[in-house]
Amino acid sequence: MTTSLLPVLPVLLPLLGAAATVVAGRSAWAQRAIGISVLAAVAAVATVLLVQADRHGPVVSEVGGWPAPVGIVLVADRLSALLLLISTVVTLAVLVYAIDQRIVDYGRRTASTTFHPIFLVLSAGVSLAYLTGDLFSLFVAFEIMLAASYVLITRRTDATRIRSGMTYVTISLASSLLFLTTVALVYAATGTVNLADLATRVADLPTGLQTVLALLVVVTFGIKAAIVPLHFWLPDSYPNAPAPVTALFAGLLTKVGIYALLRTRTLIFPEGHPSTLLLVLAAVTMIVGVLGALAQNDLNRLLSFLLVSHIGFMIFGLAVSDAAGIAGTALYVVHHITVQATLFLVSGLITRRTGTVSLDKMGGLAKRAPLLAILFAIPALTLAGVPPTSGFVAKLALLQAGAGGGSGTAIVAGIVVLASLLTLYAVVRVWVRVFWGEPREPLPDNDPDDELVVGTARTSTPMYAASAALVAVSVAIAVAAGPLSAITTRAGDDLVARTPYRTAVLGDGGAP
Amino acid sequence: MTATPDARVPWDRWDAPTEDWMLTGDPVVSERTLLLELAARILFPTVLVFSLYLLLVGHYGPGGGFAGGLVAGLAFVLRHIAGGRSEGAEIGARVKVRPPVLVGLGLGVAVVTALVPAAFGAPVLSSAKFAFDIPLLGHLDIVTSLALDIGVYLLIVGVVLDLLRSLGSGIERDAREAAAADDAGEAAA
Repeated sequence: MTTSLLPVLPVLLPLLGAAATVVAGRSAWAQRAIGISVLAAVAAVATVLLVQADRHGPVVSEVGGWPAPVGIVLVADRLSALLLLISTVVTLAVLVYAIDQRIVDYGRRTASTTFHPIFLVLSAGVSLAYLTGDLFSLFVAFEIMLAASYVLITRRTDATRIRSGMTYVTISLASSLLFLTTVALVYAATGTVNLADLATRVADLPTGLQTVLALLVVVTFGIKAAIVPLHFWLPDSYPNAPAPVTALFAGLLTKVGIYALLRTRTLIFPEGHPSTLLLVLAAVTMIVGVLGALAQNDLNRLLSFLLVSHIGFMIFGLAVSDAAGIAGTALYVVHHITVQATLFLVSGLITRRTGTVSLDKMGGLAKRAPLLAILFAIPALTLAGVPPTSGFVAKLALLQAGAGGGSGTAIVAGIVVLASLLTLYAVVRVWVRVFWGEPREPLPDNDPDDELVVGTARTSTPMYAASAALVAVSVAIAVAAGPLSAITTRAGDDLVARTPYRTAVLGDGGAP
Repeated sequence: MTATPDARVPWDRWDAPTEDWMLTGDPVVSERTLLLELAARILFPTVLVFSLYLLLVGHYGPGGGFAGGLVAGLAFVLRHIAGGRSEGAEIGARVKVRPPVLVGLGLGVAVVTALVPAAFGAPVLSSAKFAFDIPLLGHLDIVTSLALDIGVYLLIVGVVLDLLRSLGSGIERDAREAAAADDAGEAAA
């Protein structure tokens, strides 16, 4: 078994970049150049990893030369590499948007001792979460990610933001405690935290203990991924952060929770048949989320509830738990990371045009900003799953999986269709209120220091370009749906078979 | 907070105790206690040397970069608490390196240490041991992971200094400004 340098780079490069941006704290341009080049390099590494993993099987790196299951391993299989690639591309686009928003708001020369380093640290945490082959390192990855997100969500605060930050920090800490407890219990029961090793060890445990551990994992990652009824913190905290930060959190953080569920459910707690619990959770999440969205008047809160709703779609594929369902979830995650981040970025552009997040006070933006209308329409229709967008492709994969899973999954597949229609209704409602009707003057900017609602038309080309690039990515996903779904199908087969991952990590001894 | 030129003090007086008290209740009215200042002066270098000892023995004994960095940080905390008051000359202004730069350097050293073995074809984060026999000192083992510990040490010291700057001196400065504003208000009334 060879050990490779590549899987380590997506974690270490952003950390090195974070260090460099702190040291270069006085030069805004140096910080920007470092941030963008580091993320571009990580994207390149992720591409290479994806190609290698797809052609030759999982790429493994043994940290410190200690072999698994004793040492920590980083593993890039098809799923990890694919999600790493799409996440890094989205992170890069969000960074460009954020940099430009900062230039518009604070001037070209304003450097920041916190923003760029923390942004890169967050990116390192996300990479580590995708790549680690070890339950405890997964905990560490979540902590890196969350610690960075605490800073990002409470920067330049006012009372509202402190309040929503409190909710976010409290919930995240609670779920981290639960996660740590779970890791301790797993270690006490099996004597290992290596995921590949756990795959065999957990199967030997008593059934009751297995169920408890599996439930703990679902609750822990359920909080991170915002599954109803563990979702209540999300619409309370995300909308109060600046647009790029919300876009990053909505695009990546919840999806890392989904990834962790996907990895642990397939590798450690495979059921082999559709999981009733997850099916019910998926159905409730889809419906509660989208109904919540219909009741909102605040654009960002509406998008947050839609995010919750679409987490249900991904749980649905996971609940079906055969190769087709897992592949559908993987494809849906790829599509949803892109489109949700785009929608929040565009929402940021909209609020800068209108000076408010309240749908009641907007109107007629299609005439004043036709480009913005296009930038909103494409991801909105993609989210709803209108053919031929990437949302349609992903939902089709899920529905096909659901139709093949039995009567229970077929019923929930019906709810998928219903939730998609309601999503369409929700985004059309936004469209009518924001873009049609009498053009209204933007509301005055009452508080110039407030990053959240900027009631001036001060935007700049790169902000549009970053949003447009993400729209292009989601269109590209739809265009490349064939090869992409071929990769996710192979990834789903890998995950359900479990052997490729285990032999890659443990050598031939990992084969059952 | 930036170090203005007039806030800089000569190197020989750089640790002269001129700081505010942190915990005297009313931070505006500051008092100095001779005993604590004296103890801080004697302890400050001793504690720093002890922190370096912890850093170096960390590979085989209790200690390491994190423990050493915390102990060094405690030395600065002690100095901060014992110091008297002075306007605009907090620890951040006296230590020539800005704390975030220390944090960045520490993180950078740690990450580079992790990556260096890859240049020699070894897995990331692996370490090598160099043994020396030095006259007088005797046998000496230097493990390359010491560099990682040094990075962690710098990072922790940087974080503690930054905390002192923002939560220690920063709060006192805010309190002073608030009190000054109150006084001005009363005078106007």
